[in-house]
Amino acid sequence: MAQGVFVVTEQRDGAFRKVSFEAVSEARRIADSLGTDVTAVVLGSGVEDLAGELEKYGPDKILVADDAALADYTTDAYSNVLADLVASVDPAVILMGATIQGKDLSARLAARLDAGLAMDCTAVKVSDGKLTCTRPMFGGKIFADVQIEGELQIVVIRPNVMEISENAKQCVVEKPAVQVGEVKTAIVDKNIDTGDKIELTEADIVVSGGRGTGGDFAVIEQLAAALGGAVGASRSVVDEGWRPHSDQVGQTGKVVSPVLYVACGISGAIQHLAGMSTSKYIVAINKDPEAPIFSKADLGVVGDLFDVVPAVTEEVKKIRG
Amino acid sequence: MEIVVLVKQVPDTESLIEIADDGVSIKTQDIKWVMNPYDEIAVEEALQIRDAQSGSVTVVSMGPAKAAETIRTALAMGADKGVHINDPAAEGSDPLATARILAAALKELPFDLIIAGHRAVDEDNYQVASAVAEFLGIPQISMVIKTEMADGRIRCHRTIDGGTVVVEAALPALFTTQRGLNEPRYASLPGIMKAKKKPMAVKTIAELGIDPATVGAANRKIRVAALNFPPQREAVRMVEGEAAADKAAELVKVLHEEAKII
Repeated sequence: MAQGVFVVTEQRDGAFRKVSFEAVSEARRIADSLGTDVTAVVLGSGVEDLAGELEKYGPDKILVADDAALADYTTDAYSNVLADLVASVDPAVILMGATIQGKDLSARLAARLDAGLAMDCTAVKVSDGKLTCTRPMFGGKIFADVQIEGELQIVVIRPNVMEISENAKQCVVEKPAVQVGEVKTAIVDKNIDTGDKIELTEADIVVSGGRGTGGDFAVIEQLAAALGGAVGASRSVVDEGWRPHSDQVGQTGKVVSPVLYVACGISGAIQHLAGMSTSKYIVAINKDPEAPIFSKADLGVVGDLFDVVPAVTEEVKKIRG
Repeated sequence: MEIVVLVKQVPDTESLIEIADDGVSIKTQDIKWVMNPYDEIAVEEALQIRDAQSGSVTVVSMGPAKAAETIRTALAMGADKGVHINDPAAEGSDPLATARILAAALKELPFDLIIAGHRAVDEDNYQVASAVAEFLGIPQISMVIKTEMADGRIRCHRTIDGGTVVVEAALPALFTTQRGLNEPRYASLPGIMKAKKKPMAVKTIAELGIDPATVGAANRKIRVAALNFPPQREAVRMVEGEAAADKAAELVKVLHEEAKII
């Protein structure tokens, strides 16, 4: 009979994505409620030393699937290996992060295993041995509480939402034999942003600019730098070609849940609000006191962003030194 | 090059979504229905590849009678023919059942390439395209922003967190679209007129060899227990002050001392 919580972690170039720690922590909480164990899996090439980094979040067992063919993510290789591991572990719950990779992988795996999947969940509750997952739909305009039928439930969690908690257990690390199987795709080139740029979906602070910037993002970038945050943009900014698509926050862009979201010169179109409404604290800076963004903000400043934002940057520098 | 595009009719992203009286579905009467925005990108890419390579573009959609509008839109953009899976027994199917039905329809069509949006902006499940690829046993490449075709292979630039990778696969293959791949064309008036004469087959799931007792709302693996509106925030607190510098000082003070987030 299927039991236990199986967490699929994500690493790239030898570093875990933050959501991996969130997923293991959440798996521990779920497993404790269900009275069962947590098995975490690390996939990659030369990743054996990484396993130790997971131990403090409380897995009972860590499986290291190490193979040269897993160095770069491909849907085929990763889903083949995971399907084998899932078959041998026979878990009741699979948990992973709703990153771009996690969404691609979990969807393929769910079809392979004929298992129900709740995508991009912002909360998981356990009662009477049954999981209820909360997930935004319609770009966050509606939150659905869903339950998964069947022996195996796949829960994919939104990054930056679940709490990371340390709760070390006695942990066994195993390195099972890996069969990569048939791989029909090949990575022929990679272009990874280098430097210290913080990934939007993982950032604790996001400073976004809208049409009010007129395309001049210097003050937005300066505030983001002072706060140690990432830069986002509204759809109209991206449509104008002022910022790349990868910066877009909204229903047709990225969904972000930072601790602090600062919207500068963004009116608050419904499709933008969808992409940032799960932020913990929202600040809006806009010269139009009637802008809809203020109805979704915790704190509002009416003023020209080109006056207010640089002044905020100066104040932040005073306290951040 | 035979290309199949999977499309879905969804509420316009500017639509207000309201919860129906049953608490587990949405009110549909006042919604403006449109083609899923990522599927428009898929149709556009299919047309561009067809025009460069020759071949045909078939649009497949599952949904009630009004979903035919979305297929007609794709035909008006320039697609060649449509397949509309319209069956009350399929209504309410979950992503896996939907994918099984679509895969069954695809088995009756010649295809080298399948293109779909990376997600539909209604339930945001991100699952159907991947599941279709799995059921057909073909490779998937998701969130593509550029494609190149050569020698029976496709090369896709796909977005990943923090960069892009270039993935190559032999055909047949499936890829999903991301914004930035192209700018979808609008249907022209002559295109709309021509679309009325283009073939559109209507299929039931039994015609596709699917047992109605295995799909639909009664066979969902994901059950909606309740729909809720997002938690409301408290009313916005406006920062007062004369000059921008005063407001900025007050703002940062609140964030630092009260909210304690910077």
